[in-house]
Amino acid sequence: MKPAAAARALVVFGPLAAFPFLVHTDWIVNIGVFTLMYAGLATAWNLFSGYTGYISLGQAAFFGLGAYTLGITFNHVSIGSGYRPFYALPLIGIAVAVVSVPIAWIALRTRAMTFAIVTLMLLFIVQQLAFNLRSLTHGSQGVAVPQPTFSSNFDRPYYLAMLGMLGLAILACWYVRGSKLGLMLFAVREDEEKARGVGVRVTGAKLIAFALSVGLTAMIGAVWGYYLFYIYPESAVDPLVMIGAVLMTFLGGKGTLWGPMIGAFVLVPAQQWALTNYGATRLYLIVYAAVFVVILLLLPQGILPSLGELATRWRFRAPRSNVKPTPKRAVS
Amino acid sequence: MKALLTAEGLTKRFGGVAAVDGCSFAVPEGSITALVGPNGSGKTTLFNLLTGYLRADAGAMTFAGRNVRRPDPTRLYRAGLTRTFQQARIFPKLTLVENLVVAVQQPWRSIVRRAIGRPDRTRALELLEEFGLVQLAGDAAGSLSYGQKKLLEFATVLMGRPRLVLLDEPTAGVNPVLVEKIEQHIRGLNGNGLTFLIVEHNMNVVMRLCDPVIVLDHGTKLAEGTPSEIQSDPRVLDAYLGG
Repeated sequence: MKPAAAARALVVFGPLAAFPFLVHTDWIVNIGVFTLMYAGLATAWNLFSGYTGYISLGQAAFFGLGAYTLGITFNHVSIGSGYRPFYALPLIGIAVAVVSVPIAWIALRTRAMTFAIVTLMLLFIVQQLAFNLRSLTHGSQGVAVPQPTFSSNFDRPYYLAMLGMLGLAILACWYVRGSKLGLMLFAVREDEEKARGVGVRVTGAKLIAFALSVGLTAMIGAVWGYYLFYIYPESAVDPLVMIGAVLMTFLGGKGTLWGPMIGAFVLVPAQQWALTNYGATRLYLIVYAAVFVVILLLLPQGILPSLGELATRWRFRAPRSNVKPTPKRAVS
Repeated sequence: MKALLTAEGLTKRFGGVAAVDGCSFAVPEGSITALVGPNGSGKTTLFNLLTGYLRADAGAMTFAGRNVRRPDPTRLYRAGLTRTFQQARIFPKLTLVENLVVAVQQPWRSIVRRAIGRPDRTRALELLEEFGLVQLAGDAAGSLSYGQKKLLEFATVLMGRPRLVLLDEPTAGVNPVLVEKIEQHIRGLNGNGLTFLIVEHNMNVVMRLCDPVIVLDHGTKLAEGTPSEIQSDPRVLDAYLGG
C-alpha cells in the first residue's frame, strides 16, 4: 500500500474507531451502527454493481441469508462470552458467497433491466422462503438470537464489528480496483461485447465480483441480526434496505471507492435527524426526500465525481476563447 | 498455401431472410484476403458468425486446422482469431494503456495481480509508439478522434498476439493520410506473418493490398480470385452495378 493511501485510510478510520470510546450516549452510537451498516452495504453493492454496471436489486436476499445463518447457528452453538458470533463472520461470508455462485450464474445470463428484475425477484423468493420454511426460520415468528451480556456500552462491540466490515469492504474494493480483475470489470461496464472480443472472460469476472459483494453483504447481515436479537423475514430481507444502499451509492458516486460510504454518511444521519425532528408528522419523509433531491440537483453524478469535476474545472480555468470543443462522437 | 480459416456452408437466417446463405471459402495462411460485396450482401453478418458473436444456423468452420464447434469470441481470441468493429469500439473511460492491457491474455491466477504490470505496460507503449499514439498513452480513450480510435482498436487486438485479424472496414470514415498509414500497418504486420481478412469498400485499397479477393452477394460467394481477375469478372460488375 502506498503511504498516501495508508494515510487516507488512517484519517478516515482512526476517528471512526475512536468514536464509541468518546461518545457514551447510546442512541448516538446506535445511529453510528446503522450508518456504518449502510456504508458497508453500499460499498459492497458498489463492488459488483458499480464496477460492472449490472444493477443488482437482490443483495438484500444475501443480507437476510447471513442474518439467518448466524441466528440459526447460534441457537445450536453457545455464543460463549458473546464474542464468538463475531469470529464466525468470515465463515458465514464465505459460505454465502459460495452458495451465491450458481444463483448468480443463472441470473447473469440476463443483462441490464432484465438482470435488475431477476435479482429483485430473488429478494422476494428468499423472503417467501423465510416465511415458509418454518422448521428452520420459525416463519413470521422470527428467529430469536441468544443475547450476550456485554456489561457497559452495549453497542460498542457491534459498532466496532460494523466498522470492521466496512473496513473490509473498502479494502476489498480498493484491491479489486487496482487489480487485473478490476480492469476486466471496468471493461465489462464500458462495452461487454467488445470485452469478449479481446479475450476478457466476462462471466468469470462478473461471478467473482458478485460472490465478493454478496459475501460482504452476508457478513453485515449477520452482525445486524446479532445486534437486533430477533430476525423476521420482512426486516431481514427488506427491499427498503436494498433501495437505501442503492440510493446512497448513487448519491455518493457509483463506481468510485469512497462515494458509497460518503453517501451513507450523509443520508443515514439525515434520515435519523429528520425522523427525530419531524417524526411526529409524516413530514420527515418529505424532508428526507428533499435532502436527496437537493444533492442530486447540485451534484448530478453523485457527490464524489461531481466534486472532482468541479475541482478540475477550477484548476484548469481558461479564458473562454481557449476552450477546446469536445470531440463529437462519430455516428455510423 | 495452407488455409488458416475455412468456412463450409455457413448459413444465418433472420426470420425469412438468409443474410448468409451456404457460404464456403478459405483464408490462406499469410494472406491479406479481402471480403467485398454490395451493401447488405452479408459481410458483417459473416464476420459475426466467424467470431462467435452470432450462432450460425448451419455450416461448419475450422481455425488453424481445428474444428470450431461452438464459436465464442473469448475462446477464439485466445486461440488467435480476433476482430475489429465497423464503428471502432474502444473502452472510452479507460486510458489508452488500459485499453491495450485489457486485451492481454491472462491466466485466471493472475487476476489478483496489479492491473498494469511492467511487461504489459512496456508492450502497450511499444504498440502505441508504432501507431503514433504514445503521447496520448495516459488519456481517456473517449477523447480520441474517430481515426485515432480506429488506430487504437487496431493496436488493441494485436496485444493478444493473434494469428488472424478480421478488420471490418478499417479505412471507412478516415482521412486519406490515415488510410495510407493503416495500409502500411497491415502490410508491415503481414510481412511478419500475420494473416488478415478484411471487409473493405474502398476498392483502391483492396486492389493495392489484397489477394485473394472474395466477392459476396446475397449471402453467398459469387467469385474469388486475384484483384485483376475480380475486376474483369462480369458477374461481379453485374452484382455491383446491375442490382
